[in-house]
Amino acid sequence: MHFDKELDARGLNCPLPILRTKKALTDMQSGQVLKVVSTDPGSVKDLAAFAKQTGNELLSTEEKNKEFEFFVKRK
Amino acid sequence: MGEPSQLAVIDDLVRRRIEEILPAKIEEKLKEIQESKTSSLSIIATKGTLDWAYPPYILASTAAALGWDVSIFFTFYGLNLVRKDVSGLKISPLGNPGMPMKMPFGPEWFKGINWNIPNLLQAGIPGFESMATGLMKQTISNTGVPSIEELRSACLEADVKFIACQMTVDLFGFSHDELIDGMDYAGAATFLPVAKQSDVCLFI
Repeated sequence: MHFDKELDARGLNCPLPILRTKKALTDMQSGQVLKVVSTDPGSVKDLAAFAKQTGNELLSTEEKNKEFEFFVKRK
Repeated sequence: MGEPSQLAVIDDLVRRRIEEILPAKIEEKLKEIQESKTSSLSIIATKGTLDWAYPPYILASTAAALGWDVSIFFTFYGLNLVRKDVSGLKISPLGNPGMPMKMPFGPEWFKGINWNIPNLLQAGIPGFESMATGLMKQTISNTGVPSIEELRSACLEADVKFIACQMTVDLFGFSHDELIDGMDYAGAATFLPVAKQSDVCLFI
């Protein structure tokens, strides 16, 4: 999937993946896509909740080799 | 002669119609108001040890990341959390049976051992608390958990409101210089209305 920016959140624990995602999205323009890679299993639910609460669309969630890849579209 | 009774009929029809459609309309409107309202969180932070420092900052930073309005009222030992230098926050297993004492270094089987050191020994050995604090900080950094400084910066960046209880600031003799910049100083009377309005209010 096409993305405009990548955020490496590997090794970071709650709530850092969410905090960093929020920060990264703030600097982006509406419609751009952010790719987030995380190793925190809690981040799966967290990012879904974050997307729902903030209105930024979670395009997809994938698990690859114990890593989680998310694509979030800036609202 | 038929007029009053015609009005009465119309009145009755209108009333019945309103009663039919009103509940649904009210529910719709309420839902609209609910959804457009920004959620809010207020926290009263009263503890000053390393383990109690995490809940207020994690909850506040996460809520802020979700777009909520957040206020934290620091009082009593919670004031330790807003000192400029928070590296001095300590933790003690003394009288704290909930705290596991595991070594954050060595092979996995070693790390799994819970050293149940009796309270009497803990109280008798000088420097025990500093050691326990050091080990806890190591465990925290090993597991990728953010430091208090980092969480606090995230809160400040996300415009979380930091309010210090003026009364306890005076009580403990803190000067405003010792505490971080950008704090408000107020009392319970100022904070209670904020707490009342918030969706979630936590006493930590």
